[in-house]
Amino acid sequence: MEKSIKISVLVLLCAFLLMAGMLMHNEDMPDSTPMDDYFIENGQVQTGSNNIVAAIVFDYRGLDTLGEASVLFGAATGVLIALGVKKSG
Amino acid sequence: MSPIVKNVAVVLVIPITMFGLYIILHGHLTPGGGFPGGAIMASLVVLFFVAFGKEWAKKINKGILFFGESFGLALFGLLAFLGLGTSFFHNFLANSDSLFGMSIPFGANSGFLWSGGIIPLMNIAVGLEVFAALSIIAVVMFLENGKVMFSEKENNVGGKK
Repeated sequence: MEKSIKISVLVLLCAFLLMAGMLMHNEDMPDSTPMDDYFIENGQVQTGSNNIVAAIVFDYRGLDTLGEASVLFGAATGVLIALGVKKSG
Repeated sequence: MSPIVKNVAVVLVIPITMFGLYIILHGHLTPGGGFPGGAIMASLVVLFFVAFGKEWAKKINKGILFFGESFGLALFGLLAFLGLGTSFFHNFLANSDSLFGMSIPFGANSGFLWSGGIIPLMNIAVGLEVFAALSIIAVVMFLENGKVMFSEKENNVGGKK
């Protein structure tokens, strides 16, 4: 009984999210692309990097990558704190 | 593990290290970069743990790994701050005709290793950090509760009897 309630709630939630996602995307008009065009046209020459992904990740959106590296640093430090540190005495 | 696995693991050191360094150093030319390259090199540590077991993992100097992790992140932040004359994360080395400052033409070309400004340097920093961080996570989680993390002489409070 409980299981069927849970499953029905899950199905309803999935249907709601699917409908919301479909409604959110406006299919008549394309997404605005001036930023993409700017990166494609100028990214290679401005940064000297042939890999546009690297140019965006490490240069234009470097702050995101700093956060990403900080998250990894925090993960390793958290593992050390949780599992690796011993108190003396 | 059997001697076959151990020997193959030792033989695989050179190709895995070479591939990881290639992915890191060519991050601004080909798909890849610091994150996947560091993960590839960290897989070597996992492979050695599988092959040689706990006794080998206890010999790893975690201090060096932790220093590498911190140093990578600090280098990354420092490179970001060095461009502060214009803006945070400004690529001050690109197209400057100095080291890493080679300019490349627009369009499809094979590119140069000495281009990209601070992007290759940041790839190296991130690769070092990811390699050290994933190695620390793998080693600490493999060793049971990380009990042998720092020194084996101290008493373990809160651990197993």
